[in-house]
Amino acid sequence: MKFGVVIFPGSNCDADCHDAILAVTRQEVRYVWHEETGISDIDCIVLPGGFSYGDYLRCGAVARFSPVMREILVHAAGGKCVIGICNGFQVLTEAGLLPGALYRNDHLKFVCKPQYLRVERTDLPFTHFYSARQVVEFPIAHGEGRYFADPDVLQRLEDNQQVVLRYCDAGGHVTPEANPNGSLHNIAGICNEHGNVLGMMPHPERRCDRLVGGTDGKKLFKGLTESLRILEITRRR
Amino acid sequence: MLFHVQVEITLKPTVMDAQGSTIERALQKMGHDGVRKVRIGKFITLEIEAQCADRARAAAEEMCRELLANPIIEQFAVQVVEAEKECPA
Repeated sequence: MKFGVVIFPGSNCDADCHDAILAVTRQEVRYVWHEETGISDIDCIVLPGGFSYGDYLRCGAVARFSPVMREILVHAAGGKCVIGICNGFQVLTEAGLLPGALYRNDHLKFVCKPQYLRVERTDLPFTHFYSARQVVEFPIAHGEGRYFADPDVLQRLEDNQQVVLRYCDAGGHVTPEANPNGSLHNIAGICNEHGNVLGMMPHPERRCDRLVGGTDGKKLFKGLTESLRILEITRRR
Repeated sequence: MLFHVQVEITLKPTVMDAQGSTIERALQKMGHDGVRKVRIGKFITLEIEAQCADRARAAAEEMCRELLANPIIEQFAVQVVEAEKECPA
């Protein structure tokens, strides 16, 4: 099984993602330059954090037009997995693969700190190694991570259980105080209706080694590998 | 013909504008008591080669929907500054 980490001009978490996934999963991981159009060998695409195209106009707005994005739409439509982390999440919303938008934090500051999150769904390929409503700690590092969607879209997200991660306190309480950026419903991460595309502002790849502060992120990549392995076995039969 | 076009992009009224609110408070602190509803946006100027003003406007509006604005959070207004000729019927 193979992971592909996309590099846009201005991505800066690509190496972190690559190395963390490689260390945790021991699967093949390769970089995918944003102009590439042959990605059919890849089982899971990762859109890393950073400042693609310098965040010009809006975060993720220009990256959407990179040649690789057309292939990623096909990849996702075929049911294959996609994870967008931080700027990657912004790209996924701009590309229409996930609903809503991310814009300027309510306090206008760039926020860079460890953050508690509650795992709201554990039946996804990405989250099935976590326990229900488990509290994890991943770092956040963004200036424009405030999730917004129209009330009807928000309602649909909640009804379909597409909210995967919510900002919370150490005890797992989802409160306004625990919300680091003013996101509606404390949303930190969502998935599409099929559950194969995940977008999240926090950085799981930065919590895959005790040396850098913790290992809460490991279960995401390990669980995903397990899911993809089972999927591959089923496909072969 | 070449048309000069101005595009104004602002957050939709339903979207909270943190920059606008902050500047509004700053202005009020400076003594501008009457200031209300400060909103921050983007101003883009472009030149568009088109047959007539209406087509230049239509092209600019399409650009807004596709890239310049994010319709989920933003609204836009297009102004064709130099419109010399009417569209051919």
